[in-house]
Amino acid sequence: MFVEILFYAFAAVLVVSGFGVILSRNPVHSALFLVLAFFTSAAIWLLMEAEFLAIVLVLVYVGAVMVLFLFVVMMIDVNIEELRKGFTRYAPLGGIIAIVMVAEIFNVIWVKRLGQQAITGSPPMPVDYSNTKALGAILYTKYVYPFEIAAVILLVAIVAAIVLTMRRRTGLKLQNIARQVAVRRSDRVRIVKVESEKSP
Amino acid sequence: MITLAHVLTLSAILFALSVAGIFLNRKNVILLLMCIELMLLAVNFNFIAFSRFLGNIDGQVFVFFILTVAAAESAIGLAILVVLFRERRSINVEDLNTMQG
Repeated sequence: MFVEILFYAFAAVLVVSGFGVILSRNPVHSALFLVLAFFTSAAIWLLMEAEFLAIVLVLVYVGAVMVLFLFVVMMIDVNIEELRKGFTRYAPLGGIIAIVMVAEIFNVIWVKRLGQQAITGSPPMPVDYSNTKALGAILYTKYVYPFEIAAVILLVAIVAAIVLTMRRRTGLKLQNIARQVAVRRSDRVRIVKVESEKSP
Repeated sequence: MITLAHVLTLSAILFALSVAGIFLNRKNVILLLMCIELMLLAVNFNFIAFSRFLGNIDGQVFVFFILTVAAAESAIGLAILVVLFRERRSINVEDLNTMQG
């Protein structure tokens, strides 16, 4: 019973924060509602015994990605009114599509109950079960090549983000390392014979 | 008792909300990126739920990879957004028509 109450409470908070994300006037508020959505999702994932991923969601998403979002939202100065033109014009269409999607999925899940006879649920894991250990055991054996590819994807993302945002400012005084290294003694040093003055 | 159907319904509602958000905020690139993040979260909910109720941990590995790709996507998307704003002083999607023929 306790688990049900927790699930419904977190689900309600999640849906409300989803509405907050899409309806907020200010993009900063949207980003903060998205943080709330990630936190409540992490709580629901904990209820579903995915402890490692719940912690990863909080650390990686709330700690890194959403901070990046907030950073960008606050750094660039946008005209919100200009961007919200036509908001109400497309609201009915978006609402209708959302309702139709939910109705279709509701029909599949609750009315037709497709394939769910086979899934009755597995019993809860024992107390000494470690989700992190199990996930690590499968990640480094069966899924080791996808894991390596994920690492490469992250590397590509780092390089792409840096290359995209790096800019060369004009008029900046910089060293030319190649020319510095290539310089010869004869380019710089000039021997001058100076006649010694004769004493009068 | 919480069954698979409850979690799938929650994730369907979340996904539909983010689709509606893409329709509503279709001019603001930042909000489009946020709606995509919300969509990926809804997809991850499905994976976690099936992983739990089938007793199979492979679904959580997929969530792990989706999180990786989503983080890379949002990093590159925000980098493109910053460059775009530097060029155009605007993040309106309708201003992105340079490549129209």
